Amino acid sequence: MAQIEYAAPASIKEAVGLMANGGNSARVLAGGTDLLVQLRAGRLKPGLIVDVKSIDEMCSISVNKNDFRIGAAVCGAEVNEHKRLKKAWPGVCEALDLIGSTQIQGRATLGGNLCNASPAADSVPALIAASAVATIAGPNGRRKVPVEKISKGPGKTVLKKGEIVVYFTLPKPAPRSGDAYLRMIPRTEMDIAMVGAGVSLTVDKSGTCTAARVAIGAVAPIVLLVADGAKALIGTKIDDAALNALAAAASAACNPIDDMRGTIEYRTQVAGVLACRAALIAFERTRS
Amino acid sequence: MSKHHVTSTVNGEPVEFLCEPQETLLDILRDQLDLTGSKEGCSSGDCGACSVTIDGRLVCACLVLGAEAEGRKIETIENMAEGDTLHPLQQKFLEEAALQCGFCTPGFLVAAKSLLDRNDNPTETEVRYWLAGNLCRCTGYDKIVKSVMDVAAEMRGE
Repeated sequence: MAQIEYAAPASIKEAVGLMANGGNSARVLAGGTDLLVQLRAGRLKPGLIVDVKSIDEMCSISVNKNDFRIGAAVCGAEVNEHKRLKKAWPGVCEALDLIGSTQIQGRATLGGNLCNASPAADSVPALIAASAVATIAGPNGRRKVPVEKISKGPGKTVLKKGEIVVYFTLPKPAPRSGDAYLRMIPRTEMDIAMVGAGVSLTVDKSGTCTAARVAIGAVAPIVLLVADGAKALIGTKIDDAALNALAAAASAACNPIDDMRGTIEYRTQVAGVLACRAALIAFERTRS
Repeated sequence: MSKHHVTSTVNGEPVEFLCEPQETLLDILRDQLDLTGSKEGCSSGDCGACSVTIDGRLVCACLVLGAEAEGRKIETIENMAEGDTLHPLQQKFLEEAALQCGFCTPGFLVAAKSLLDRNDNPTETEVRYWLAGNLCRCTGYDKIVKSVMDVAAEMRGE
């Protein structure tokens, strides 16, 4: 077996230096639920594993005046235990709550789910709907990238050599806002999404939608932000006409694969159905 | 290949070990610390037979590197009974025949204890979802779920 090194740096600067020097064979270890499986299966032969869980900034959740910051290496269970975050972004939390078992949720992280770059990553449509922005640290300093711009295709991201996602910023929701995430799987629990749909929206006092974001997963090489879906909702009271337009926009955006979980035709139709159901739940949550 | 010197707390006792970078916590527990109660089923985080807690959080030891245990508190099935006195969950699993071959049992017990430590009044649905990461090919789960529900009721004094 090729030589593997392990390092657990205590600072971002040190981690970035290790990642930059480690070249293409360096891998970030956050929750390890993808990395260790790939390592074991021999699909990945890293020369260096950089465990980021000794870096405070990556392992903490903070509530600021205008936003929430979630460290990229915070596990899903910890996000779900954060009462203010759960109240503000229940859709993001329910997406994390769908990833794997209790044991997996005790390890798996938002940063890992995003950077593993699976089109079916459950947290990603919810993060995109929530307007989440990733702060990335690299050899040339920091940059902020909206979550929808991170993945380039299955297993590929825009991260450059030495770069690490440090944390995610989610805005404090405007009054009368709600979000939701739904996914379709062939069984009731612990499977990979056949389709996922995240919706966030804001309504005015009359119940008319003033802002919306719609994202769908597992129906294209990357998770899609569906601008036409948002347009279908804005200016409406989420009535049947708006939902039909949303369903049509979501289905039109799909470019899925056929596999054992679902056919192209089925995924395309379900994307529209799930987007509507998620929109209705998000709409309901604008009242609470 | 450089070995890592790791200092950790396992079942309340300070331990030190040397591990290779790719060795898992499960490898260390079983092969170096002789704590063979945690079982190796799938080695991919699917079966839960290697369930342990790290700093109180339930995880699969097969998906944790040994080196990650540095400074952490690990609890395994070996710490569940107090001396010769079985934990109520262990006792109930025996009384209600919630095991057959027994391979999955340590993982189920560790996972169930982790649930009851957080929630002493779970619904059956909550028990089933919490334990969904533990696979049993013998019992069909019903006796396991019933045992956990019964222990929870006893803990509440019902």
